[in-house]
Amino acid sequence: MEALLQIAGLRVAFDGVPTLRGIDLTLRRGESLGMVGESGCGKSVTWLAALGLLTQRAKITGSVRLAGEELLHAPASRLDKVRGRQIAMIFQDPASALNPVRTVGDQISEALRLHRSMDRRTALAEARRLLDQVGIPDAVRRLGAYPHELSGGQNQRVMIAMALAGQPDILIADEPTTALDVTIQAQILELLRQIQRETGMALVLISHDLGVVSDICERVMVLYGGRIVEELPADRLFEHSAHPYTTGLIAALPSLDAPRQRLFAIPGVVPNAADFPPGCPFAPRCDRRIGRCSEWAIELASVDGDIRHRAACLHVTSEPPAGEVAAA
Amino acid sequence: MVRFIAVRLARALLTIAVVVTFAFVVLRVSGDPARALLSPETPAEAVEAFRKAWGLDAPLWVQYARYLFAVVHGDLGQSMRDGRSAIAVVAERIPVTLMLTAPALILNLLIGIPAGIYAALKRDSIADRLVMMVAVVGFTVPSFVLGLVFVLAFAVELPWFPSGGAGGWQHLVLPVITLGLGGAAVLARFSRSAMLEVLGQPYIRAASAKGVPWPRVVTGHALPNAAIAVLTIVGFMVGNLIAGTVLVESVFSWPGIGSLLVVSVVSRDLAVIQCIMLVVAAAMITTNVTIDLLYGMLDPRLRDLRSGRR
Repeated sequence: MEALLQIAGLRVAFDGVPTLRGIDLTLRRGESLGMVGESGCGKSVTWLAALGLLTQRAKITGSVRLAGEELLHAPASRLDKVRGRQIAMIFQDPASALNPVRTVGDQISEALRLHRSMDRRTALAEARRLLDQVGIPDAVRRLGAYPHELSGGQNQRVMIAMALAGQPDILIADEPTTALDVTIQAQILELLRQIQRETGMALVLISHDLGVVSDICERVMVLYGGRIVEELPADRLFEHSAHPYTTGLIAALPSLDAPRQRLFAIPGVVPNAADFPPGCPFAPRCDRRIGRCSEWAIELASVDGDIRHRAACLHVTSEPPAGEVAAA
Repeated sequence: MVRFIAVRLARALLTIAVVVTFAFVVLRVSGDPARALLSPETPAEAVEAFRKAWGLDAPLWVQYARYLFAVVHGDLGQSMRDGRSAIAVVAERIPVTLMLTAPALILNLLIGIPAGIYAALKRDSIADRLVMMVAVVGFTVPSFVLGLVFVLAFAVELPWFPSGGAGGWQHLVLPVITLGLGGAAVLARFSRSAMLEVLGQPYIRAASAKGVPWPRVVTGHALPNAAIAVLTIVGFMVGNLIAGTVLVESVFSWPGIGSLLVVSVVSRDLAVIQCIMLVVAAAMITTNVTIDLLYGMLDPRLRDLRSGRR
């Protein structure tokens, strides 16, 4: 399949402190990619940088190509045509991502008028259809509602409707369920999955929840300290992950059927962005660390000879036996 | 909504009652109008006669009851200084003061709000620092000092404008600017911070992510939200403006309510002072009710709170 979006060597620094330290990523039409990592690892910043949504303070280098066209440092007038139209984004807290003083219908039809040059009446009719599509009951009445009159789950549905308004090729969902109740989370994820199936757009799901990501996405990327440390098909995530950080994350998940035991936690904390070692960012917390880990940058290398599975760890490249790595 | 207005109206009447009572008590307790108005050599019988004529010989509560009764019947008493009714004395000054305060308020809004918004949009630029520097100066220098500086500069050194009094439009220039600049500085600072607060909200980034061009993000998404906070400050500013006129009218000998108040306090012209306090209280209450109604128009969350809870 053709590459729809290609990010290469993307680096972001705020006031000289690097946040993203070289992200390479290819997104194909219609695929679903999960991005996992803890707060500050750069999963959201990647997309905010790609869409030019960071403040002027951010220094961005590298390349973001959408269907061959460079987006980084593109003029605002061009980016306005990409945002919402080709790449749409939904955010963590739907209640604060919707404008509190404008009605839901008004905010959805704003996107329709911008990207599909509809007049006011057609836009409202289409907004009503979109609310139906995202499963909001009584859509006609809801068009006139303000965000504070809707629940968190309904607001996230409105955000999704707003994102669908531009008929984008890519939908970036930045922790879309973090602020919602567990029962609502499942509904929203199911909605995203269903909409992706119906529209055929590519979906990028940013989350810190491994379970959610492996459930929805075909491919998973694990980020740590502004780098991709592992990239693998979702069905390999739990059994065959190779990077010590990924295996650590999986080990830290509580298990329902195992006997009650103390939860495993990865020792140490994420260092300050300014203090990352030159080599593997995870080295200071890694129990398999050897001298060379911190010395030079470690590239992603294929695991088990599978080109879809790559990890940035010296142990992967030097000692391939998969059983041993997974057991570590 | 009807209920909301009724509650506000009841509260307004209560406020006026408190102001009337407070003014009455403070003025009676703080000094004897007979002493202030009559010369020290006035014979004791004449002073007594004066007191009797103005009802000042009765006990305080009797005076208060008489006063309240008269107020309810629309009679605010007579001016001791010029014998006419207090209402007439004050009423002829109101338009004169409005000639100063109305343009000053417009100057406040027209300079303060755009300057604050501009500074917020150009945050940390040289323009932002410059605007904020001027605002700090305008905000710290008291209006009477500013007024005196203006008189020195533009009436004495450069005889462009008259130094005081009322007359043609030239007489308005210096006092209006003096009165307007301080408020504009306050408003600029608040508009800037209100705007910065709103620009940092997730829905602004979400609007950009949706593909809304930046100028429309500012006008369509940021400004309507910032307006809610700015409105609060405008309410306070009307109060400051009224206080400011007292000083500015004195500096520029402008024959409005402010200078009338000063003269009346000096001569303890009780009825006139009380009448002015009533007018000021009514003006403040009207402003606040107007602002409350505007809030409801700007903020749908408040609208619901009112119709739902009250």
